[in-house]
Amino acid sequence: MQESSRKKTPLYDEHVRRGARIVEFSGWMMPVQYSGIVDEHHTVRKAVGVFDISHMGQLHVCGENARDWLNYMLTNNVERMDAGESQYTFLLNEEGGVIDDLIVYHYGDGQYLLVVNASMTPKDFEWMQAHLRPGVELENRSAHYAGLAVQGPKSIQLFDLFFGAGISRPARNEIKQVKRDGKTMVVSSTGYTGESGFEIFFPAEFAAELWNEILERGTGLGIKPCGLGARDTLRLEMCYPLNGSDLSPARTPLEAGLSIFVDLAKGDFIGKKPLEKQRQDGVKERLVPFKMKEKSPPPRAHYPVFKDGEKIGEIASGTLSPTLNIGIGMVYVPAKYARINEEIEIDIRGNRFSATIEKKPLHK
Amino acid sequence: MNVPDDLQYTATHEWIRMEGEDARVGITDHAQAELTDIVYVELPKVGAVVAPKQAVAVVESVKAASDIYSPIGGTITEVNHALDSNPALVNTDPYGEGWLFRVRMEAGEEIELLKDPSAYRKQIDNAGEASL
Repeated sequence: MQESSRKKTPLYDEHVRRGARIVEFSGWMMPVQYSGIVDEHHTVRKAVGVFDISHMGQLHVCGENARDWLNYMLTNNVERMDAGESQYTFLLNEEGGVIDDLIVYHYGDGQYLLVVNASMTPKDFEWMQAHLRPGVELENRSAHYAGLAVQGPKSIQLFDLFFGAGISRPARNEIKQVKRDGKTMVVSSTGYTGESGFEIFFPAEFAAELWNEILERGTGLGIKPCGLGARDTLRLEMCYPLNGSDLSPARTPLEAGLSIFVDLAKGDFIGKKPLEKQRQDGVKERLVPFKMKEKSPPPRAHYPVFKDGEKIGEIASGTLSPTLNIGIGMVYVPAKYARINEEIEIDIRGNRFSATIEKKPLHK
Repeated sequence: MNVPDDLQYTATHEWIRMEGEDARVGITDHAQAELTDIVYVELPKVGAVVAPKQAVAVVESVKAASDIYSPIGGTITEVNHALDSNPALVNTDPYGEGWLFRVRMEAGEEIELLKDPSAYRKQIDNAGEASL
């Protein structure tokens, strides 16, 4: 990749200054770790950690037809969201395959914010632009926004330390626009770790100042800056999907086991027909979590998966779970094997290791 | 980075300590730092006959699996089973408790040109040097 095409978040210099290990992640120069993936993972599970999520895309949608249009573009029911609420949802192609998974925030007055995956932002924007209707305005504001995810049980105390007593934490699926120190920011209780936490989005020029202030205020709580490595192990223990690994244009949300974020009872939306058919016929394959039965090398993406000597799939996501201290992952398997406690085998460099299909989530 | 003066090194970041006919092999301090938290080590079998520069072990961090090469050809005589239960020894004591395996040279076997400490130091000081 050319140096010029490697994008940096407004916090890049802070990451370097604080000694992060930087890697290229879908075109972005991002911290993969600070103190270490395992240490950061435990910090988020036991105390509090902060992640730079400025690379994520922010698409702004408004206009008199914004709601109806979004309901046609997305799988979940936008009408069920009151002003000040958020919703996890999918952007599908005509075949019902996943272009992206995202969170839509409803500000009210026909104004919506879509927070999308960094790698998919241009594609999502292009797709939505191609389907635009009169009475809808779509704007890619990704470059103007920075974001932080503050995650962990002690994020509750940190919220109060950071925002002061006057502002209460947003409820689950609630968003708040907060003016703090003259700076307007959007605050939600979302996250990607399975812990309590909050995410804040704000104009990019405040990024370094707010990042450092969060770290300073959280010092007494044991806060640590965290990278994408821990973000991945944390989300995988919760079986939260990662687009590009667990989701793809060739897989539907039903196959991914995420049908609760698809409203087939609402009006027409892109990808609805194939999903209705799939609902009727049943899915051929399903994404299931698994756990190694014994100590093994960490299972990793693309390792072959066997059942009764026959190859039935490849690992979609895999890692060593720092919390459980055993290999975990997710894999698409034929629907007949998608049962809890079903035994499968993972081929790791020619050796077979037993694993069992588990219930979501793998942690807690 | 710690590069002890009494060891020899490879371009692929293994260290070698000659102990009679055997060479004790591990990975360098630089390598363990690059790999980060080591969570699993797959060791060769004792008695296995290996060729020089053959991948014989795998060291795994949360993010990646990395091959470890035998610097010389010969027979594996001993492996460090302490790593089965505590792979992090490779991080905490790469030149001591975190050693990986011992390999016995075949009689008359040529040893590939290994790096001395100063040559290895030069290699890792080289900016942009690729990790394992």
